[in-house]
Amino acid sequence: MENRKIRRAVSGTLSTVSSGVRAFRRGSAWVRHKIRSAFGIQLNRRIFGEILNVVALGLFGLVFILPIVYTICNAFKPSDELFLFPPKLFPQRPTLENFSDLSALMGESWVPFSRYVFNTILITAAGTAAHVIFASMAAYVLGKYEFPGSKAFFAMVTAALMFSPIITSVPNMLIMSGLGWMDTYWAVIIPAIGQPLGLFLMKQFMETLPDSILEAALIDGARQPRIFFKIVMPAMKPAWLTLIIFSAQNLWNTGGNIGFYIRSEELKNLPYALNSILTGGVARAGAGSAVGLLLISVPIIIFILAQSNIIDTMTTSGMKE
Amino acid sequence: MRTQYAREPFLRRIWKSKVFYLFLLPYALVFFVFTVLPVLISLWNSFTYNNLLEPARFVGFDNYVRMFTQDASFVQALKNTFVIALVTGPVGYLLSLFLAWLINEMVRPLRTLFVLVFYAPTMSSAIYSIWGILFSSDEYGYINGFLMSLNLIDEPISWLLDEKYILGVVIICVIWTSMGAGFLSFVAGLRNIDRQYYEAASVDGIRNRWQELWFITLPMMKPQLMFGAIMSITSSFSVHEVTMVLAGFPSTNNAALTVVNHLYDYGYLRFELGYASAIATVLFLMMLGANKLVNMLLRRVGR
Repeated sequence: MENRKIRRAVSGTLSTVSSGVRAFRRGSAWVRHKIRSAFGIQLNRRIFGEILNVVALGLFGLVFILPIVYTICNAFKPSDELFLFPPKLFPQRPTLENFSDLSALMGESWVPFSRYVFNTILITAAGTAAHVIFASMAAYVLGKYEFPGSKAFFAMVTAALMFSPIITSVPNMLIMSGLGWMDTYWAVIIPAIGQPLGLFLMKQFMETLPDSILEAALIDGARQPRIFFKIVMPAMKPAWLTLIIFSAQNLWNTGGNIGFYIRSEELKNLPYALNSILTGGVARAGAGSAVGLLLISVPIIIFILAQSNIIDTMTTSGMKE
Repeated sequence: MRTQYAREPFLRRIWKSKVFYLFLLPYALVFFVFTVLPVLISLWNSFTYNNLLEPARFVGFDNYVRMFTQDASFVQALKNTFVIALVTGPVGYLLSLFLAWLINEMVRPLRTLFVLVFYAPTMSSAIYSIWGILFSSDEYGYINGFLMSLNLIDEPISWLLDEKYILGVVIICVIWTSMGAGFLSFVAGLRNIDRQYYEAASVDGIRNRWQELWFITLPMMKPQLMFGAIMSITSSFSVHEVTMVLAGFPSTNNAALTVVNHLYDYGYLRFELGYASAIATVLFLMMLGANKLVNMLLRRVGR
């Protein structure tokens, strides 16, 4: 009697347990399915592996942006905290004094700090605007029409991607001085128009524009300039936003190899000012970080605003053999 | 779009395309004057002695001979440039491909965040002078402070003055900014591959992500791989600002001198334009050669 009771109890428990396990399995399959679809985990992947990926990538990403975080933190540190030993990453008593120090610091040199800011903005804005308009015009006819020389020209532009503009800096100095552009804004703004990367990306993206739209407009009697500005450019928005990013980023950070063409102090740009501040060593780290923060915030903000358009454009960036 | 007059005589085709030439003109003018013409001038100049004061004089291959036989610092610069390019080029390229690949399958907000995180250093390339403070030679430098607080070293290391370390610091800094246009191209290329290919391949017996990568993903994004390679070769061979900012110019025993630094020295500071042009031509050939080589390697992907 006792035996049977125990056996029944045990088997009852066992069956409850096993049905529980089954329910749990079903439930966890359901949960797994939910997780997979919510996080878009694909075939041939394990959930645990995916979580591990995110964590590992997150840690690596932290190391990657550490110098940027460090720059941002330093920009808000009072000077005594910059000299702490051992150094601390985050400011204990945040302050804006590094930014107000900047004008005082640059007041010592004979070019006011605002002049470097102005130069950088002027070169970036003018160079980028001209590049985007003229490269798009060229990309339009190269991407959508065939005419004598069009293929050869594009092949030359593609070949020019394979070496950096540094190669041509010495003869360009000769050309600039021949044109009387040495030590003027023109020497950095005008060459920005002819950057090969912008034309290349724009032309590749231009090929995705359906011919039928252009044909319809031509039949309606529209002229090419009108077609370009009213139909092509609005459709190419992702591409020219991408061109703006690449060109602005390049001109903002390097000023178009400004070091080769500009000798006057009052025409130099922010990165140059940053380097001359930082030659003062750690003592100037606060002011230097303040300039650094100014320098990195502009391209990063532009990038965040235009981010999804860039990925659309870069889809067509491939180089056909 | 094919124009209707493709079969007409050549000159008439040119005349009928006049609108297209007008569209092309502003860009083409700048491109010819500041890219094509300089390459030709540079080639010609490399065979002359030209100091801007006297008229240029033809010297044949003298500049090239001098470069490899009498100019020890050029040979040093060539060596440094190769070390930098051979490490940062492949590492930066593979790293950006690998990161793009890991990022690709994440949900949208995470993907956007990671793209920003890895691309941010490239956008902040103007602040690599900050690395100068990180690697500062006294104990206030963060790396020194960190290593000393862990008791790994007893006294600060002169990262940027000691020729043993300079090149290493430069390489770390270059890799940091190497997720360039190529990285974005990879992210976009990966997104563009249709999931159906993977489902079909799974039926055909592809079992894990490594097989997917080699047999489907990489072959399908070959054009982007090619573009990324060109971008990374061009930038890794022309490293110059980082070395000047971090190690100074000239650096200790030229330990961080690159070919472009040397070019700047002769072109901009010493006005030996002929010699500088010869340096530029050598660099030009190095970049084209590397591109050809990588092109050949990429053709074998997925086979």
